[in-house]
Amino acid sequence: MEKYLLAVLVDNKPGVLTHVSGLISRRAFNIESISAGYTEEPSVTRINIVVSVESENELDQVVNQLGKLIDVIKIVNLSKVPSIARELVMIKVKASKEARADLVSVVDIFRAQIVDVTSENVIIELTGNQQKIDAICEVLSDYEIVEIARTGAIALSRGPVPVKKM
Amino acid sequence: MRMNGAQAVLESLKKEGVDLVFGYPGGVVLKLYDEIYKMKFPNILTGHEQGAVHAADGYARATGKVGVVIATSGPGAANLVTGIATANMDSVPLVCITGQVANHAIGKDSFQEVDVCGITTPITKHNYLVKNVNDVPRVIKEAFFIARTGRKAPVSIDIAADVFNAEIDFNYPDKINLRGYTDKNIGDEKSIDEIVTAVENCERPLIFIGGGVISSETSEDVREILNRLGCPSTSTLMGLGCIEPERAGYLGFAGMHGSYGANMAIQNCDLLLAIGMRFSDRVTGRVADFAPNAKIVHFEIDPAEVNKNIQVDYKVVGDLKWSLPLFKNKLNASKINFAEKFSAWKNQAVDEGKKHPFSFKSEGDVIKPGALISKISDLCDENTIAVTDVGQHQMWAAQFFKTKAPRQFLTSGGLGTMGFGLPAAMGAKLACPEKKVVLFTGDGSIMMNIQELATIADHDIDVKVVIVHNFILGMVGQWQRLFYSHHYSASELNLKRDFIKIAEAMGVRGYRLTKAEELETKLPEILNSQGAAVIDVYVPQDENVIPMVPGGKRLDQMVLN
Repeated sequence: MEKYLLAVLVDNKPGVLTHVSGLISRRAFNIESISAGYTEEPSVTRINIVVSVESENELDQVVNQLGKLIDVIKIVNLSKVPSIARELVMIKVKASKEARADLVSVVDIFRAQIVDVTSENVIIELTGNQQKIDAICEVLSDYEIVEIARTGAIALSRGPVPVKKM
Repeated sequence: MRMNGAQAVLESLKKEGVDLVFGYPGGVVLKLYDEIYKMKFPNILTGHEQGAVHAADGYARATGKVGVVIATSGPGAANLVTGIATANMDSVPLVCITGQVANHAIGKDSFQEVDVCGITTPITKHNYLVKNVNDVPRVIKEAFFIARTGRKAPVSIDIAADVFNAEIDFNYPDKINLRGYTDKNIGDEKSIDEIVTAVENCERPLIFIGGGVISSETSEDVREILNRLGCPSTSTLMGLGCIEPERAGYLGFAGMHGSYGANMAIQNCDLLLAIGMRFSDRVTGRVADFAPNAKIVHFEIDPAEVNKNIQVDYKVVGDLKWSLPLFKNKLNASKINFAEKFSAWKNQAVDEGKKHPFSFKSEGDVIKPGALISKISDLCDENTIAVTDVGQHQMWAAQFFKTKAPRQFLTSGGLGTMGFGLPAAMGAKLACPEKKVVLFTGDGSIMMNIQELATIADHDIDVKVVIVHNFILGMVGQWQRLFYSHHYSASELNLKRDFIKIAEAMGVRGYRLTKAEELETKLPEILNSQGAAVIDVYVPQDENVIPMVPGGKRLDQMVLN
């Protein structure tokens, strides 16, 4: 299985996310993550989808089927062009007094941040590519993880040309 | 002009040239129906919302225009679902207008509330929930544009009840502003040059056309291409009528119950020119062994259809109205005498087909379905529209009714919806009052929307309803006979129903034919009489539709008797 990151520009209208996510599920495509947010244009939402496919042909099917949706303005496969991908994770970890110093050093090594501390736990925030996020989750599994929230990957192409002009 | 939302809906429909809607009133569309009443907007009240949507579908298939259906919220909208899915699978343009509960009541599980957009998303090209009256004209304009351009399909518009009462300064927009959609489906002309070269270099080409030729109205181009190439041709169930049945080299339709000749030609050709079809599992047989000797060319408007089921060697993505005339001109410019070159192959394909033509065995006094449909076909000309339901009778109709022109054979191909026939026939007759409309249905299918007999009676809609009555859910029975040890589980219909009495109770004349000779003595008169009639024809219970490609088999592994 190969992973690809698609940037999908859609009309910022009610129901768009349903149309996109419904299509992906009914066509039985595998998605690793999906995230959406506002863009530099108020009328446009950007949906970032990481799909996992068996072949280029299956990827073409995903792109062609998404392209049929009326609200979809543009689809670019950012895995095919030079691009930067990032994901944000927040991890709540049990932090006893004894474990706290260890946790702080893990956080330092990953250049993560502790964004909340209570007497029982800390919340660690980290931004990075997927492997880095996976790695910190792996390391922290030695401690007691209470919960994890991940955004899924978002990406921008390098250089001056935005996705909408590609 | 100042008006309310209900008037705005109807004014918008008028601007789109809608002359008839099929619909069923209810709570949240009372205001809309009040304006329909005041405006005398033509509305056919059906017996069931499913009848209304299939009728709009039949209207659209018969004419190419967009069919329009109106239903109320909740159960009304939910009853449209099968009909919308039917139209979606066969690329039929519809606009489905449903009332939704008022804005303040949405999301509260209010009386007669369902999430119409949620339900219709997988079965429409696009859908809208209109919560603001000012969106009404734009949304209706867009909906018709989307339904009738590109690959045609249904669009659903769900309108909150309070929108019908709200006031608007009505202005119908001139322009469409959709960033993600265009009606320009022009592809790459170079891709067509490649096909011409492929045709020049092949020995055994076969033209395989589908319903896309009907919806793009390019059957004349197909016929001219066939004139030039002189090669054999076949069609899908949905493409029936694009190629004249008497054309030399036309092998009949292909697929599971298609002709032996067509299926063999697909397996033997070395270049398959697939035009406006989507390689449905009903025409491919086992996918891995489909057309094993051929390079495959796909002319198709929908890029997502290319390489979906079958990997092709060449593709021409774009509207057939763009690609086929170009293809034709480029073929005409070629120096090769195609007709001469392909004539031996054409004769070979035709001779192969003659080994096992569509046929039936006459047995004494009983009426064979093949005989019935052949007789009706003989009694009809190209000004007849044949409509079918779904099952054995549908396949017999496809085999034995000689469809001579596009839009002459209306059938639920993709979804296979029993109950489609009667309302679709009604819609077709209303769309084409000058044509004769004959419905072929079964004793199973007719029961699924039999309430519409009352509608055709009430509105004097002249549909001849031919029930191919075999006292069983025939196609289910056939599979049980062939693959489930004759276990007729829940398929036998040896019941007490009397279709003549049902017809008469609903206000339609009823006749029964039980003997072969009655096809000569009684049938012509009934068929040529004025006004709707139910013709209940008893046929044997154990007749199989033959040939048949069993599931998972290759096209050349047909059961032949």
